Amino acid sequence: MSKIDALTAAQLRTDLPDFGPGDTIAVHYKVVEGEKQRIQVFQGVVLQRRGAGVGETFTVRKVSNGIGVERIFPTHSPNIAKIEHLRSGKVRRAKLFYLRKLRGKAARIAEKR
Amino acid sequence: MTRVFTENGEAIPVTVIQAGPCYVTAVRSIEKNGYEAVQLGYGEVTEKALNKPKLGLFKKLNIRPLRYLKEFRYFPELSSVKPGDELRVDVFEVGDYVKVSGKSKGKGFQGVVKRHGFGGGPKTHGQSDRLRAPGSIGQSSYPSRVLKGTRMAGRTGNKNVSVTNLEIVKVDPENNILMVRGAVPGARNGIVYITK
Repeated sequence: MSKIDALTAAQLRTDLPDFGPGDTIAVHYKVVEGEKQRIQVFQGVVLQRRGAGVGETFTVRKVSNGIGVERIFPTHSPNIAKIEHLRSGKVRRAKLFYLRKLRGKAARIAEKR
Repeated sequence: MTRVFTENGEAIPVTVIQAGPCYVTAVRSIEKNGYEAVQLGYGEVTEKALNKPKLGLFKKLNIRPLRYLKEFRYFPELSSVKPGDELRVDVFEVGDYVKVSGKSKGKGFQGVVKRHGFGGGPKTHGQSDRLRAPGSIGQSSYPSRVLKGTRMAGRTGNKNVSVTNLEIVKVDPENNILMVRGAVPGARNGIVYITK
């Protein structure tokens, strides 16, 4: 695999902040609508980071108008204009799928100090 | 497989293929062999790995011993190559569509659902032991036998498979590496044959 890693190393994004599951981030994602390109912000809690190398993705969950919305972004996509790291969460596992069953107060995550 | 991002953010799934250096080991002609083809060799090995007759071929051509030899019919510009020539990946260009052939992964003895895509039987409504069964395999007293070629369970995979119209996404002539859109037959580090 190291040969393939070397081939794709040039595509890896190094400008993104370090973030992990439980963190609250805002992803500024480039969206093309017809001719125009604009930036869409998706803010929420990181549920997981999965994969390695250029194929890595992460899942962000937010609750919008009472409905849970999750988006999966390729970590190294050139369409990610910027990631804002807003809050570090204190969590004890790498995949936070249990949050899907919780809402309101129960779905809060303590801040890491 | 891995992926390549385009400028507008599209992720292209690609397979990385080490495609060479290949050497022309023989040229078949109509006058001599009755057909036209070019034989290519790939995969350097030590002299110990090959028997003497094979080694003689490489000694004659003055190239290092190669493990795999394969003849390709319909080679363009047949007159321009001669045995001993090196063939690099720059014969392919980005945007070309190629056919990739190889031996598929062996799957062992498999049932008809996996092997031939049968639907199997119903899961519920009082069924027992019918979920992945093939159903009827023929008629009754006439013909009183199962027709030849009836699709049944058996050894699956480990067969020659070709995938056509795969786009070449990237060519690295320095390292003889090709990136081809999509999946190709066979296991990792398997040998495949690429034709335009």
